[in-house]
Amino acid sequence: MSDEQRFLDRLAERNAQRGDEPTWIAARRQAGAARFEALGFPHRRVEEWKYTDVRDIARNDFVLTENADFSPATAAALTLPLDAHRLTFVDGVFAPALSDLGSLPEGVQVLPLSRALEENHEAVGGPLGRLTGVDFSSFAALNTAFMEEGAVVRLAPRTVVDKPIVLQFLSRAGEQDVMSHPRILVEAGGRSEATLIEHHVGEAEAANFTNLVEEIILERGAILTHYKLQEAPLKDRHIASIHVEQARDSRYVSFNLNLGGGLVRNDLVSELNGEGAEAIYNGLFYGQGRQHVDNHTLVNHNAPRTFSRENYKGILDDRAHGVFNGKVIVKRDSQQIEAEQSNANLLLSDRAEIDTKPELEIYADDVKCAHGATTGQLDEEAIYALRTRGIDEQTARGLLTLAFAGEVMDRVDLDAVSERVELAVAGKLPERFNLAGLVETASAFSEE
Amino acid sequence: MASQEMEELVRREYKEGFVTDIESETVPPGLDEGTIAFISKKKGEPEWMLEWRLKAYHQWLKMTSPSWAHLDYPPIDYQAISYYSAPKRPEDRPQSLDEVDPKLLETYEKLGIPLHERAALAGVAVDAVFDSVSVTTTFKEKLHEAGVIFCSISEAIRDYPELVQQYLGSVVPQGDNYFAALNSAVFTDGSFVFVPEGVTCPMELSTYFRINAANTGQFERTLIVCESRAEVSYLEGCTAPQRDENQLHAAVVELVALEDAKIKYSTVQNWYPGDEDGKGGIYNFVTKRGDCRGDRSHISWTQVETGSAITWKYPSCMLRGKDSVGEFYSVAVTNGRQQADTGTKMVHIGEGTRSTIVSKGIAAGRSDQSYRGLVKVGPRAKNARNFTQCDSLLIGDTCGAHTFPYQEIGNSSAKVEHEATTSKIGEDQLFYCQSRGIGEEDAVNMIVNGFCKDVFQELPMEFAVEAEALLNVTLEGAVG
Repeated sequence: MSDEQRFLDRLAERNAQRGDEPTWIAARRQAGAARFEALGFPHRRVEEWKYTDVRDIARNDFVLTENADFSPATAAALTLPLDAHRLTFVDGVFAPALSDLGSLPEGVQVLPLSRALEENHEAVGGPLGRLTGVDFSSFAALNTAFMEEGAVVRLAPRTVVDKPIVLQFLSRAGEQDVMSHPRILVEAGGRSEATLIEHHVGEAEAANFTNLVEEIILERGAILTHYKLQEAPLKDRHIASIHVEQARDSRYVSFNLNLGGGLVRNDLVSELNGEGAEAIYNGLFYGQGRQHVDNHTLVNHNAPRTFSRENYKGILDDRAHGVFNGKVIVKRDSQQIEAEQSNANLLLSDRAEIDTKPELEIYADDVKCAHGATTGQLDEEAIYALRTRGIDEQTARGLLTLAFAGEVMDRVDLDAVSERVELAVAGKLPERFNLAGLVETASAFSEE
Repeated sequence: MASQEMEELVRREYKEGFVTDIESETVPPGLDEGTIAFISKKKGEPEWMLEWRLKAYHQWLKMTSPSWAHLDYPPIDYQAISYYSAPKRPEDRPQSLDEVDPKLLETYEKLGIPLHERAALAGVAVDAVFDSVSVTTTFKEKLHEAGVIFCSISEAIRDYPELVQQYLGSVVPQGDNYFAALNSAVFTDGSFVFVPEGVTCPMELSTYFRINAANTGQFERTLIVCESRAEVSYLEGCTAPQRDENQLHAAVVELVALEDAKIKYSTVQNWYPGDEDGKGGIYNFVTKRGDCRGDRSHISWTQVETGSAITWKYPSCMLRGKDSVGEFYSVAVTNGRQQADTGTKMVHIGEGTRSTIVSKGIAAGRSDQSYRGLVKVGPRAKNARNFTQCDSLLIGDTCGAHTFPYQEIGNSSAKVEHEATTSKIGEDQLFYCQSRGIGEEDAVNMIVNGFCKDVFQELPMEFAVEAEALLNVTLEGAVG
């Protein structure tokens, strides 16, 4: 039996259990399955997957789960300490007990996809799959084939959401590896403003497969800050396809923070369709052990006077493998574009590897586009400078590595997120013992 | 922009478009084992060479044409190409310039390259490749004194079989890629340079390649070997007559640098780019690779690419030797409907290897240009360094400029930097020049030449002058 067939068999089992549903959703699932079957899992001879081997996913037999049981104490420990509107999913299944949607302001809808479909399936059917079609990748097709749960966030025009919206995805350790195919749909009305935090975390022993598709639509003047904090267990496989469509004067700020997961692939795509639209991508990835972290980004400047700025930083230790592929496309007649792209990587070990490819594809002349990529190690002079001030070499290295990550983290406004990431990075460093106490003291100090 | 000027530019007749009427001895179009045997026999090659060619041919049959480049062209019918064409009287080759067919000399005159004068004045030995067979080689004796071998590859196969057998295909194996395999099977001529241990080649070596007889693909094979502490600078320059049908050019250039050797390879390429619809231009699919085999060896590629309808070319360096150095300096100019996908590969294998990449792309008209480069640092390449700078200049709003730099870094002591910018000529720069009484076109030329300065200064003197003039001519009227 082929790898693809194993997944399709699981789908058939699941489909047999389903009750009455609108016909369009069954048809879409079927289209997804057909496309997945035709495409098959990507192999490394395909340019888009040149550096990422997905056999660890393809060869596994993942099951679907139906319950969302999770120890409340563990969940509490994993949850970000934030006052937020929160939806929690356990292995893809909605967990009402771990969610908190008590006080949603007017004009804001945050609900699980299953409920959104029950309430008004037509309103969901239109936008779902419009940005991420089944042709985007075999994983997007697979997600479409299995789609049934996820989150829907809708903001009425001019709504400013008071608290961050947190979508929490918990991965559970169990006897059998589980797969989930969550679907996130965000529709932000004109001039609305919100912060969305997507948090992937779980039990340390978990080894599941999350295959996420996100579609984000920003109407004219909407502002969305999107944190994707991926701290999945180290054996988890995590694939995410995120598409953002931006109308005139909208602003999308992404923080793509990847600390966890054994096999990680993020595809982040922005369509800047209206003048004045702006996309700001911040990224940080830290790999250790045998982690594989692949970030693909694509900004399509489809309209004149659109702006993009991208800054990804990677730190790789042990035998970790990092991949960065950033692409900026300026369409013909998209004049007066400003696009900046940079990727800096720090290799801490001789067995770590980074493959980076910052691409520009430009078809208009009145543009200012620049990109840069660097790979190297810590500045010896900076280490020397710290040592002359009485800091031992190990501590100096640790501090400078933290500072390297800090250039991305400094732009994070939410303390709960930045502290969490800084502590996590500090805890992963080879010099973590030299830094013990130092970071805690620093964060305690900043809280005062 | 003055669209009239633009049109004039686009319509401008190819300055060097003419066909020299020399009767060719050509095989009918088509490629099979028979064609290869014919070529091999025609060249009077030994048995091993024919076997080598056939091995390449069989590998080629199993391969498919690469499609990853950012290029758009109709499929090539390899059976419609004629693979051999030689000037008549092959046994009766001229021994000196006086014996050279006056028509050939006339051709060079039209190009503005009076061969004898130029050779004498510049002290350059010219191995003129005219329609596949070397017609003349000058300054051979002077080189002979120094112990340098500079001859056509066919002569080398005949006269220095051990050297050729040792090095041919050792950098670009027969099955390396589709076009290299094709070249290995059917190459008809090219140059061979061998600089023995400790010798610095007394003059710059130069070959003018020409493509002539209609429908004849040109498959050049160049092999340059520098033994320990040897040094050579090699110049390759090209022009071609105007023609209606696309011509395929699939050359292979192999450079081998042993310990402390230094090879500098410079190219000015100005082949027919096609008419205003992009028809008829040369297809240039070239595999160029240098092998820094010895410690502290040094290979430098400098190229000025202004011609061809399609350019597919990635001069590369395999940095094997400890502390070896690879360099790539490139200016690519595309106009009209030209397409260029070019760049380099720097593969750091040995310890302390260093590489520099400076690529300047200028796109005008409806052309499309891509920089595609790879910097790879292997686990053994301790303290490897790379610096890459690739800038693109866009002239007009119908062209495209793209950058695809690959970095594959597997060593924590490596330092790799890549920088790239894409922009148009700054209004403020133009204004600054114009306010000082410099005409717009001159200002553009100045700015463009300034943009390319880092590369031009790497060219040998006489090439640098030519290159600047070439650039100005290519971009004439593109900005207004």
